[in-house]
Amino acid sequence: MHMADALLSPAVGTTLWAGTLAAMGYASKKMKEKFDDKIIPLMGVLGAFIFAAQMINFTIPGTGSSGHLGGGMILAIMLGPYAAFLVMASVLTVQALFFADGGLLALGCNIWNLGIYPCFLVYPLIYKPLVGDSRSPRRILVASLVSVVAALQLGAFSVVVETLWSGKSELPFGTFVLLMQPIHLAIGIVEGFVTAGVINYVRNARPEILESITASRPLGAEISVRKVIITFVVLVVVTGGALSWFASTHPDGLEWSIEKVTGKSELPTQEHGIAPVLKSIQEKTAFLPDYNFGPASTEEKKKEESASWPGIEAGTSVAGIVGSAIVLGMVMLIGLVIRSFRRRHT
Amino acid sequence: MTFDKEYYNLGRLDRLSYKNTFVHRLDPRAKLIATLLFLFTVISFSKYEVVALIPFFLFPVLFMTIGDIPFLFILKKVLIVSPFAIFIGIFNPLLDTGHVLVLSGLTISAGWFSFFSILLKFALTISAALLLIATTPFPSVCHAFRRLGMPSLFVSQLLFLYRYIFVLVEEAMRIVRARDMRSFGASGTGIKVFVRIIGILFLRTIERAERIYYAMLSRGFQGDIPTFKRSHITAIDLVFVASTILFLFVFRFFSVTQGVGRIAQELFR
Repeated sequence: MHMADALLSPAVGTTLWAGTLAAMGYASKKMKEKFDDKIIPLMGVLGAFIFAAQMINFTIPGTGSSGHLGGGMILAIMLGPYAAFLVMASVLTVQALFFADGGLLALGCNIWNLGIYPCFLVYPLIYKPLVGDSRSPRRILVASLVSVVAALQLGAFSVVVETLWSGKSELPFGTFVLLMQPIHLAIGIVEGFVTAGVINYVRNARPEILESITASRPLGAEISVRKVIITFVVLVVVTGGALSWFASTHPDGLEWSIEKVTGKSELPTQEHGIAPVLKSIQEKTAFLPDYNFGPASTEEKKKEESASWPGIEAGTSVAGIVGSAIVLGMVMLIGLVIRSFRRRHT
Repeated sequence: MTFDKEYYNLGRLDRLSYKNTFVHRLDPRAKLIATLLFLFTVISFSKYEVVALIPFFLFPVLFMTIGDIPFLFILKKVLIVSPFAIFIGIFNPLLDTGHVLVLSGLTISAGWFSFFSILLKFALTISAALLLIATTPFPSVCHAFRRLGMPSLFVSQLLFLYRYIFVLVEEAMRIVRARDMRSFGASGTGIKVFVRIIGILFLRTIERAERIYYAMLSRGFQGDIPTFKRSHITAIDLVFVASTILFLFVFRFFSVTQGVGRIAQELFR
């Protein structure tokens, strides 16, 4: 599921963009190290392939609903992590621009959720060790199932965390997780079967094609787990640093404290003092703590330092409603005037 | 059939971007930067902000009308992708139940405000991104990405992807037609056939990539796709970006809507 701009706060959006850009720079640098320019058209056309494949849907047995392919794992298995990540990033960019899936600022999150997890985490840490050098179809099936499910679970969980960090939704953490994870488990199982099926099919039909891709792909075989982990630590530190910088420039503390809540609830190992901590956090995050403040009209001060209620005096809200109607009317009028003006001139 | 329709939509957006209007003639970099600033400003509003978001519709409306982009086409695309934002947002009125006085005698729950805020932000951000692509040919957007510092490998990847989407989607369309002709009702549309279709499509894709590569080699390909069209930032572009910034700044930090409402109230008192 794609993250959307409307649910995102600037801090979270920029942070994930920063992480994504870093990963993109790293992947292209890695690609250039052992460069075979044959891979450029291959990557491009495979991106288009993912696109075309996503447009074909199939019936999921027993449910009557239809599913389609996500494709991150297939690419990682066929092309190796670096090339696959760049292909996935480009597919998501085109989807964001042409199909408005998500949006431009949420694109960083989406590339992170759907590209980084399958390519840089699940592929080297789960798929490769599980398959090894074996070519048995059953092994490939098991490995693909586990990997796709893991990648999608990570992605879905990130959507939850990103939404909560942004603080635009009221959904409590637990409910949101319970909504997202099971759906993506089902999707993941179906997609795992499809992924394994496609890989086995290609391997049976034209084994030499897979071999030749493997030969020309850079570094796919010899990627070390240690390097991946180091990269991740660096990414996490960088993004974490960026996030806290943003958070401290926003003294309203709303985003910051939500981030703390989710950060804490991810680490249930701290037995000591969790209750008082949670309690103080709850006090901090009670939405609109100054809820019933007096009828002071605060529209002068409601710049970004007060993320709270913009004044509830009846006069202010009447002005707001009247103003909205007028402004909307003016915007539409401007549009209509320009349009009729254009029509007359063409 | 949805497949044909999606394909048609993709092509339509592409054709729209080759019109020749004032908006289309602006430098892609200027448009990209302006759009990003716009998106950033819109999502920087607090979660309860509804009223102050409304003036921002001026931006997409200007793009749409000056760029001569059909309104219904954009609206339809925005509606198609809206379910996720609505799905997440609709819980706000249920969970955030504190009551807020709107007019004397009328109170609604605070959650409705944050829900509407999400909806407005959604409409604004999605339409702005769509209008960027509807008024700028995709290759120009890619070159703008490159000039603004994206890795060149990624940019050529985007260019390739875009070039071959149409080819491969047509290929897929032929396969899907063949499948649908041979299957009655639900039989034949299941996962087994799907896997084979994807497999075949993959093999054809690999073979095509090979042919493309040799064709490119014979035309002197050296690992990079050079820009064909040079673009220059003109004074008009600078004025455009500057006025966008001014407009965003005013709408972000001054409550324009409230002000208009007050003036109207004074006038009709």
